[in-house]
Amino acid sequence: MSDVPRAGSLAFLTIHEAREMLDNGQVSSEELTKAALAQIDRHEGEVHAFVSITPERALESARDFDRRRAGGEGPRSPLDGIPMSLKDVLITRGVTTTCGSRHLENFVPPFDGTVPARLMEAGAVLLGKNNCDEFAMGSSTENSAWGVSRNPWDTARVPGGSSGGSAAAVAAGMGLYSLGTDTGGSVRQPASLCGLVGLKPTYGRVSRYGLVAFASSLDQIGPFTRDALDAALVLEAIAGQDPYDSTSQPVGVPNYSAILRESGRSLQGIRVGVRRGAFDGAGGTEGGLNAEVAAAVQEAVRQLAELGAEVREIDLPSLDYALAAYYIIAPAEASSNLARYDGMKYGYRDPDARNSVNSMLATREHGFGPEVKRRIMLGTYALSAGYYEAFYKKAQQVRTLVAQDFKRAFEEVDAIIDPTSPTVAFRIGEKLDDPLAMYLTDIYTVPANLAGVPGVSVPCGFSDGLPIGMQVLGRHFDEATILRVAHAYQQVTDWHRQTPSLA
Amino acid sequence: MLTQEEVRHVAMLARLGLSDEEVETLRSQLGQVLEYIDILQAVDTSAVDPTAQVLSSRNVSRPDAARPSLPPDQALANAPGREGEFFRVPAVMEETGEAGSSGAATEGGDE
Repeated sequence: MSDVPRAGSLAFLTIHEAREMLDNGQVSSEELTKAALAQIDRHEGEVHAFVSITPERALESARDFDRRRAGGEGPRSPLDGIPMSLKDVLITRGVTTTCGSRHLENFVPPFDGTVPARLMEAGAVLLGKNNCDEFAMGSSTENSAWGVSRNPWDTARVPGGSSGGSAAAVAAGMGLYSLGTDTGGSVRQPASLCGLVGLKPTYGRVSRYGLVAFASSLDQIGPFTRDALDAALVLEAIAGQDPYDSTSQPVGVPNYSAILRESGRSLQGIRVGVRRGAFDGAGGTEGGLNAEVAAAVQEAVRQLAELGAEVREIDLPSLDYALAAYYIIAPAEASSNLARYDGMKYGYRDPDARNSVNSMLATREHGFGPEVKRRIMLGTYALSAGYYEAFYKKAQQVRTLVAQDFKRAFEEVDAIIDPTSPTVAFRIGEKLDDPLAMYLTDIYTVPANLAGVPGVSVPCGFSDGLPIGMQVLGRHFDEATILRVAHAYQQVTDWHRQTPSLA
Repeated sequence: MLTQEEVRHVAMLARLGLSDEEVETLRSQLGQVLEYIDILQAVDTSAVDPTAQVLSSRNVSRPDAARPSLPPDQALANAPGREGEFFRVPAVMEETGEAGSSGAATEGGDE
């Protein structure tokens, strides 16, 4: 790029800003795409947000948009001509999809998943596939077979995980949005750590067809964007029932962006809940809730009240047990889902193929990394004879209590506020050898997955130059309200407009 | 606390090969996680039904109509072993003594 400053600013536009500029002829899709590719050229070596980059395909899609526009055609959707990327667990026809695993190093899917297909039909310009923790298991993107991704705000720190590459890409201006997946916080937590909006839709809102399964009763696909209005635009494109995923629900998809534009900064009539004692003990134990995170979220709640929201204290007593239940249920489902990596039909097969059992043992020993092995072992243990009642069934019963707590709370309030992550981004390597400490970083995000409710993380401050995120949870299929809260907050704050100063 | 023997037993159930070093690391790490998870035993769940998934919908069916499936060449394109229109897999029976035997391994597609 010859015009570096301009390219830089193009790389950090929101989708809705870019849409306006594309539609009034101020910019071409090729310029937007080249600005994103220039960011990749400059910073990918340091950030490592991608597993594969598809510049030729991207420029071809961009020029296709520009030709259609020159021919007088209107945009196919608000996302038409806009550069973006996809987490490498989302199946893309003809583009290698590795899930961050050696098992799938050379796996080239013969079809598109539903979300990639809907985005391509909407005119999305695919820049590439994002690095992630192997099979989406992790909270730091240190568990990828292809190396760690780094946080653009401080490259000595993690971007969060498991969708860390997707978050790092958008934070570094490598595309205007990206898609991740959230099984226990894997969109919301990296969004928090990278200063972005990250939305986990309701379980059943978005089709998972073509999402490589981790824990099927928890997995959802959601966007990383710079603001809530952009999240609304992406959700409109990907939500809705799909005949290829029986868990996607026949629930109408509202025009979220119109709702946000209509409601603006007003939160009149919205009741916001804060857990009683949520911020007690902040700044205490190592790895517990950080004092600056607590202060930023509390200040954000005060601002929501100023915007007209009624703030109430609520009780969700079962949440104390949600993380323990999650770390039975998710590994149990994973151990079943990952049985398919046996080296028979696709993926890695170990040369030790004397017979099928030896082949499977060796294939799985050498194909999986340490975290995936831990989860398979934990899940298999919890499901094995003699332990099923004490672990798996118990965890499912606690899951019922968590879901009931949310149901009761949502009779009193329309949205619940929490921190997204107990701390800002931690250092690479800091928690790698301590799985329990790593799991505890998900403490605020897993309850939403257990209950299936939607959640969004919104930037609400900084601590030592690192972003802090506030989490907004809502009722089943009521993404409109949580996006409304996020949008109103962003009308009066500018945390989400900050960009990292990469070297 | 887990024993190495239990770790090896679970690994065999999962068809997961582990080095001796991994067995010991997993024994200690899984032990710590299980110790944390033990807080669940403090919850009274005697009158609580388990939740496997949170949707209200149950059996979902689609019209029983024929539609095209993946052509064999595409379905086999990622196979680590192939023979004609079949997946080539390692011998299932120890006794055959062959390195591999051809046959279809069609235990159903991925969702």
